[in-house]
Amino acid sequence: MGMTEAILLTIATAATPLLIAAIGELVVERSGVLNLGVEGMMVMGAVGGFVVASLTGNPWIGVLAAIALGVLTSLLFAFLTISLAANQVATGLSLTILGLGASSLMGEKFVGQAGKKLGNLDLPVLSDIPLIGPLIFGQDPIFYISIALVIGVSWFLFRTRAGLTLRSIGNNHHSAHALGIPVLRYRYLAVMFGGACAGLAGGHLSLVYTPQWVENMTAGRGWIALALVVFASWRPARVLAGAYLFGAVSIGQLHAQALGIAVPSQLLTALPFLATIVVLVLISQNVRATLINTPAMLGRPFVPDR
Amino acid sequence: MTQTGAKHLLQLEGISKYYGSFKANDRIDLTIEPGQIHALLGENGAGKSTLVKMLYGSLQPDEGRILWQGAPVVIGNPAEARALGIGMVFQHFSLFDALTVAENIALAMPKDQKLSDIARRLEAISKEYGLPLKAGARIHDLSVGERQRVEIVRCLLQEPQLLILDEPTSVLTPQESEDLFKVLRRLSSEGTAILYISHKLAEVQALCQKATILRHGEVVADCVPANETTLSLAKMMVGDDIHEIAPRNTGSESAEVVLEVKGLSATGLTGFETSLKNVNFSVRKGEIAGIAGIAGNGQSELFAALSGERATAPDMIKIDGVPVGHLSILQRRKLGAMFVSEERLGHAAVPEMSLSDNVVLTRHGLEKDLETGPFIRHSTARKIKDKITEMFDVRKGNEDPPAMSLSGGNLQKFVLGREVMAGAKLVIVNQPTWGVDAGSAAQLRQNLIDLAAEGAAILVISQDLDELFEISDRLATMAEGELSTFVPTGETNRNEVGLKMTGVFEHAAGANA
Repeated sequence: MGMTEAILLTIATAATPLLIAAIGELVVERSGVLNLGVEGMMVMGAVGGFVVASLTGNPWIGVLAAIALGVLTSLLFAFLTISLAANQVATGLSLTILGLGASSLMGEKFVGQAGKKLGNLDLPVLSDIPLIGPLIFGQDPIFYISIALVIGVSWFLFRTRAGLTLRSIGNNHHSAHALGIPVLRYRYLAVMFGGACAGLAGGHLSLVYTPQWVENMTAGRGWIALALVVFASWRPARVLAGAYLFGAVSIGQLHAQALGIAVPSQLLTALPFLATIVVLVLISQNVRATLINTPAMLGRPFVPDR
Repeated sequence: MTQTGAKHLLQLEGISKYYGSFKANDRIDLTIEPGQIHALLGENGAGKSTLVKMLYGSLQPDEGRILWQGAPVVIGNPAEARALGIGMVFQHFSLFDALTVAENIALAMPKDQKLSDIARRLEAISKEYGLPLKAGARIHDLSVGERQRVEIVRCLLQEPQLLILDEPTSVLTPQESEDLFKVLRRLSSEGTAILYISHKLAEVQALCQKATILRHGEVVADCVPANETTLSLAKMMVGDDIHEIAPRNTGSESAEVVLEVKGLSATGLTGFETSLKNVNFSVRKGEIAGIAGIAGNGQSELFAALSGERATAPDMIKIDGVPVGHLSILQRRKLGAMFVSEERLGHAAVPEMSLSDNVVLTRHGLEKDLETGPFIRHSTARKIKDKITEMFDVRKGNEDPPAMSLSGGNLQKFVLGREVMAGAKLVIVNQPTWGVDAGSAAQLRQNLIDLAAEGAAILVISQDLDELFEISDRLATMAEGELSTFVPTGETNRNEVGLKMTGVFEHAAGANA
């Protein structure tokens, strides 16, 4: 395997958890809910996936457990912000702090243990094609799920009636309610989907990326995913591009260090957020495009009158 | 129809809705026949909206029953209402800005219909009824009138037997209203019943065959509008407390100019707002100048520029000859100018703050006893609050309640009082009586007239033509950011002003242009 191949493969591995968490959050935000707890749900998924995989010996059951824990954590958020109309920003921040604490507690006995790695796909002939073989046919299974998620979410949002309904709720929940659309039910489902994606992204970290459990192993990736959604101005295809860009930056940073190039690592770590700020400035110039893509109800609780 | 012709289309029997101890609707009976245009008449807060929300399934009645074509029904949600054949055009539109016309309409249609089919059908039906629409246009690119068309076409596509319209003309020019009436009359002749909600008496008389009048949540009368006079209808609607506006002397031509606006231009704040294009006018001592126009034609920008919420070039706006375009709101207030903005809650007053705290917000720096160093003197604030509530008859639940607990009319009286009590030289009011009950509205108008009589120069920006004709000495119209020349109110009429609302007028020439 050549150097280029290796770098490209690691970029894909680094980008996949960002992509999955961000695509989930994109659906949540399109419904008008801002869940800042992505980091918390992700780290819960990471610990849940690792612990269950270790106990059962089966990394696939670990993946399911990661998703389940992500959904469970998101349900807490959904109950507080949707049913009780609590402040979404404060609740989301609390969820992150809760997730980091609870995951440390749950994973305490598993720190430093060798984990179960989800194996890469290996198709006999196809994987041996130079360069594109390993890149397209030799990745880990979650990589393929992440690509399918982008296509699926894109199709769902812009080609199906349910997707149109979801976007309409994010655009104006009062109008949606007046038309008889069950606003709260859609938001619950969207938040749970976001939780499932964040959990899966966490599971990818502890079962594929670095098959072990370390406290706070998400290391801010949840925040990058949140920034990505804005960076992508709520478009699934742009989330894909952004995730790979940010993934490439984080890998480039490692190689730069190895080659002794003096780029401050802090600058590179800050890059996703700087890029997001630049994008925010740029999109605010185009008011019309912003209005079409930005969920106008983002972060605003809805209480139906009865 | 398979039913016998004798059956009513819709019958409400003893419908009641409570909010705590407050009766929003109290044993309402209402009968609508097929093909009939039926008016539901009442003031703001009389319970009209509550009643139609129950008809459309957005709310559930606490008591009573609804009969549809003779059979009792429970309308659990709007989808069920649409399935029965009830369509609704909302007052504050239920549209989605970011979506296209076709997508907006699809959201109210059964799930198995394809977007492309809906697009084709909506363009066909909109053409047939003379309501031209493009399926692919985004809502936020459409005018208010076009948005209403979208709502109406959305209902028509469902082939409703009953169409409910909530205050449909409040956003239309008189000419657009006429076009709407044509469509409604045609629908009625085709057998569609229409429930027409309004507080505008003239149009109810022109359009509706029957009327049910609500007051304080109760039905006070059923009548045939054509057999009534406007005055008798008004009396049924508001009870006996109709205020007659006292006649007065109009401001004189030679009085000194207090507000002068020259070549005022401004770009829109968000890029969607209509910008101001070379606006010129002046307001003299002792007169009321009125600016008419449909919402969103630059009135908000004009108010923002005059009040100092948005800075302009210094010379564009002069108060008493002093260039103020660059000055802050407080600096303008110190020159004797007072501003009452359109939104009472959130703009003119902070909803959660007490009335006395709201006094401090606009009176600080003007009243010398209100502050000691950096500290507020609450006792002075409360005294001012007491004076305002007494002089302007503000009715409130307790001593110093939060602004949001007051009714619209009472809060508006308070806000106006707070602004003008200090002896204002210039008062600029945006939408003085929007969403205010008739009693308070009459009092507010009288207050403005009294202020002018005491020598203040007053500029009223309003969408209510009746109001402007009632109180203003001179009238101008805003359309797409341009202002027509002012003409004496006695020398113009509603039709002329309505035409100007569409932008057909000669521009006021700039003195320095």
